Amino acid sequence: MNRLALFIPLALFVGLSLVLLFGLDKDPTDLPSALVGEAFPVFNLPSLKDEQNVVTEQDFNGEVVLVNVWATWCFACRIEHPMLNKLSEQGVKIIGLNYKDQRAGALAWLAERGDPYQFNIFDAKGSLGIDLGVYGAPETYLVDADGIIRHRRVGVVDDRVWESEFRAIYEQITGTEQ
Amino acid sequence: MRLAILLLLSLFTFAASTEVVKSTEAIKGAEVVAFSDESLRPRYHQLLQELRCPKCQNQNLADSNSPISQDLRREIQRMLEEQMTDKQIKDYLKSRYSEFILYRPEVNKNTWLLWGSPVLVVLLGLLILLRHNRQPKPSANKEVPKVNKESPSNTSDQQRLAELLGDKENQQ
Repeated sequence: MNRLALFIPLALFVGLSLVLLFGLDKDPTDLPSALVGEAFPVFNLPSLKDEQNVVTEQDFNGEVVLVNVWATWCFACRIEHPMLNKLSEQGVKIIGLNYKDQRAGALAWLAERGDPYQFNIFDAKGSLGIDLGVYGAPETYLVDADGIIRHRRVGVVDDRVWESEFRAIYEQITGTEQ
Repeated sequence: MRLAILLLLSLFTFAASTEVVKSTEAIKGAEVVAFSDESLRPRYHQLLQELRCPKCQNQNLADSNSPISQDLRREIQRMLEEQMTDKQIKDYLKSRYSEFILYRPEVNKNTWLLWGSPVLVVLLGLLILLRHNRQPKPSANKEVPKVNKESPSNTSDQQRLAELLGDKENQQ
């Protein structure tokens, strides 16, 4: 009994080491998402191209879409943009959420780099951003035909991320092979 | 005389302006906020202390200067003006940014160990203390037999030592 008790510090040390070792693999910036499985928030905002045109979540109701949060001030969005163009060519419907940006700059960006979006929501004050829990751009949400958010990615969507995180869910909810 | 008064006045204004600078620095980055009812202000500051900036990991909303924190501070001010309770405001943010945003996490199945560990450590300490006190005191029981047990061998050792030494002396 007493001899076994001598091993208690060793056991504690090994236990703590294992906990810390597994902790190393975790990305601290990867926050748990509160919105996966919830309905896309209700909104009422002007579109990017036409100030007079008001868009709401009803505009993509009944369709499987990606909602992509982007801005011209966001450096990683430059890296992500070709991937969005590619997905759009493959038939994936993408809605843009232009987040806390300038209208003229954003339009110039689309003219220069191509426009993969069905339409863009112009969220100058970031109000929809707060409802979505956006804390940095780019962010991408996969929304199903019932308007439920099925997946969220904070950060760039590239080929690897699409294959590992989005593709399976996308094919499942659209019922197609992409 | 008039010049002296003017000088004194300008000194006062200078002192007052540095005072203002100091107090704004004290709330570090937080905009000067106006409330319709001053009683909201302490609650506002309390909330900013307890809520975490989602972008910058280890800063609260009061410390952080990131755009998202500015937006959230404005949002909290708006909600306070709308007479929402602290709990409603926290729930509003939690439903968007997840529990991560609460620096004082709620007690649930993920956090009970975190909240309970101080109690567990105190209980463990008490247990060790009790066990320690229940053990018989070493001075009362152990040392007396120790002397009794060792004294015969001690005397025999002494005798043997004396013999050996005696032999040595005889040889010399």
